[in-house]
Amino acid sequence: MYRAPLSGIGLLLLASLASSPVHSEELKDLYFGEALYYAYQGHYFEALERLDTEVSQHNGLDEPELDTLTYHMDDAEFSLGDFELRYRMHHRAGRAITAVLEGAVDEVVRNDAAYRLARIHFQKGQMEDALLALERINGKIPESIREDIEFLRANVYLAQEKPAESFEVLKRLQGSKSFGGFAAYNLGIAYLQDGQREQAIEQLDRAGQIATNDPAELAIRDKANLVLGTILLEDGNYDSAMPYLNRVRLDGPFSNQALLSAGWASLSTENYERALVPWSILAEREVTDAATQEAMLALPYAYGKLDVHGRAALHYGQALDAFGTEVGKLNESIESIREGRFLEALVREEIRKDKDWVIHLRSLPETPETYYLMELLATHDFQTGLQNYLDLADLRKKLVGWQSSFDSFDDMVDIRHDHYEPLLPDVDTKFRELDSRLRLRREQHKMLVRRRDDLLTTPRPEFLATREELQVLARIEHIETQLEGASTPFEGALVQRTQRLKGLLTWTLETEYHERLTAFDQNLKQLDEAMTVAQTQYDAFVRSRQAATHSFEGYETPISRLRARVSEAIQRVDLLMKRQGRQLEIVAIDELMARRGRLENYRDKARFALADSYDRATQAQARSEVQ
Amino acid sequence: MSRLIRTITLLVIACGPFATGAAQDISRDDMRSLDGQVQEIKSDVLSIASDLSNLEERLLYPSNTQVALFVAVEEDEDFRLDAVKIEINGELATHHIYSFKELEALQKGGVQRIYTGNVATGDHQLSVTMIGKLKNGTEFNKTDEFSFAKGVEPKALGITLAGPGLGKSGIQVGDW
Repeated sequence: MYRAPLSGIGLLLLASLASSPVHSEELKDLYFGEALYYAYQGHYFEALERLDTEVSQHNGLDEPELDTLTYHMDDAEFSLGDFELRYRMHHRAGRAITAVLEGAVDEVVRNDAAYRLARIHFQKGQMEDALLALERINGKIPESIREDIEFLRANVYLAQEKPAESFEVLKRLQGSKSFGGFAAYNLGIAYLQDGQREQAIEQLDRAGQIATNDPAELAIRDKANLVLGTILLEDGNYDSAMPYLNRVRLDGPFSNQALLSAGWASLSTENYERALVPWSILAEREVTDAATQEAMLALPYAYGKLDVHGRAALHYGQALDAFGTEVGKLNESIESIREGRFLEALVREEIRKDKDWVIHLRSLPETPETYYLMELLATHDFQTGLQNYLDLADLRKKLVGWQSSFDSFDDMVDIRHDHYEPLLPDVDTKFRELDSRLRLRREQHKMLVRRRDDLLTTPRPEFLATREELQVLARIEHIETQLEGASTPFEGALVQRTQRLKGLLTWTLETEYHERLTAFDQNLKQLDEAMTVAQTQYDAFVRSRQAATHSFEGYETPISRLRARVSEAIQRVDLLMKRQGRQLEIVAIDELMARRGRLENYRDKARFALADSYDRATQAQARSEVQ
Repeated sequence: MSRLIRTITLLVIACGPFATGAAQDISRDDMRSLDGQVQEIKSDVLSIASDLSNLEERLLYPSNTQVALFVAVEEDEDFRLDAVKIEINGELATHHIYSFKELEALQKGGVQRIYTGNVATGDHQLSVTMIGKLKNGTEFNKTDEFSFAKGVEPKALGITLAGPGLGKSGIQVGDW
């Protein structure tokens, strides 16, 4: 019958999951950093999308070891699993983390992965698998998760109903900063599960006295006291239960229940006046709370026991009115849920901006359907369903946004096509001209380089003659030819003069040869530079030409495919939202109907008790008048 | 009546709302199956998002003109970054005012892609202004100019911001 321990486990695991992803290494890859930026803000969809793309691109590289992601690869693969887990994609997360676990990774990373895998199995209710994953942890364990592992191990044992095996683990965690309070409470529950009532009471007593300022630990301390008080109340030890119930803080989450139980403990020992104190406080609190409603009925009951029937009748009357109003509100809520307003309220943006948005649902105007669902909203199964619904709503919003962008893409491609298409034939003609001229220049350049190289091995001064010198040389050679066949009196003198001229030219060419070769080489180097510039411009032109084509060609198929995929995804999301929403509505309506049933029962009791109190009050008055 | 009410009380403590009989109309298998389908559609939409990003990048920011700017911050408890303004060649490229969550993500080591755009190949001027507050409440404002060369491949520039207390230049820009 006693099921409080399991809800405790849920609470504690949630607390341990609430931590952020941690990456301590120096960042070397911007895109990995970008994924972390989103993850740290809780935007796991965006984080996953970035990291998934980055890891896929990295794996597709010819030389991935040159990519900066290589430095973070283990961490990146691990983070993928982590983000998937946080985005409630347990199936994929399990696969990703198993891949890390089975890869050749560092011991610390492997142990971290094993812990996370165990956590996934635990969340999915697969306790055997969770334990198997925990057993894979050995060697060096990251300090940051050492206690998390032990706490999870204890929770798995408790969930498997093997409390005895959790004793040692929980005892070791008693001094833990992060888990001390939770471990103290869970140890008490473990004893209780194991049937060791005395130890359970002692342990819960200790858990109910821990010194802390942490809100979560304060809450668990209250819970320990409430559970202990309730156990003693069940055993009929009413007086013993009181101190524990009194330890529960008046402003904590368990105060209503504690006040109610404290009243019953006093009533059970026929200490009716003492019962009035907690119930009077409780009856003034939030009327939608089940404990408050019960106190509204219990308070006049206690007055009745004290023979203060007039006041009892007054309070029964107030309770009757309140129950009537609340039944009306519940009817409205049920109707409102049936009309789909509950789901509308859940996806309201302003509510979800706050991490405590579930609590604010209660104060949301015009949403009576949320008043009575606070307890339901806190349960794991309902939370999963609710989160799924919200995730689907987010996906839908994204998909609809993308869908509208396809038309813009089409327009963009059309505009580019219309702009470039008429220009390209002219551009291509000019390009062909440029291309042939550049080819010619390249050939000339190559020839000059060859000549320079030849000159370096076989000097040929005449090759470096200027145009003028070449003309002079040709003229001399022509004169020489003429003189060879001529017979004139001056022939000898002319030959001599020609030879002298030729000699002078040869002298110049020979003596200036090295200087000229150096100048030739320098000019060639300058030409090399000019050729490089020309080639760069040529390449840039080619790229621009290609870019012009690429800016409008080859998009039709991917755009239409993506458009179809998005449209199909919207249909699937709509269907799933409908089913998920329906599930939530059914569960919510069931819960509200159960609350309404209870309230109607209370109302009937209040009605009869009111009549009875009036009768008794009237009789008492008559008696006093007679006296 | 007191016994009945007390029994109800104990049940309320012991059982979660999902343990109520009415809620069992929906089986756990139904929930699990639906949860599996939700996970599948998430996976599919992630794949669409990835393909769409690639398409957008090709279409809007071709590699020969693409320039992407990323912002990271140095850990500094004495300085709180409020906003960043970036100009390329004298024209406003982007400005961003940081929310608490964004700032926290940066301080934990996340890197924000603050701008993706197009510039021609060649040399360009980059002006980065950071606006923030020092621990003592004084406004802090700093602008630095940088130049960068854009080649034919996509350009990614990392801008690292630090408060004045760290003893280094407040704004550093580097290739990644």
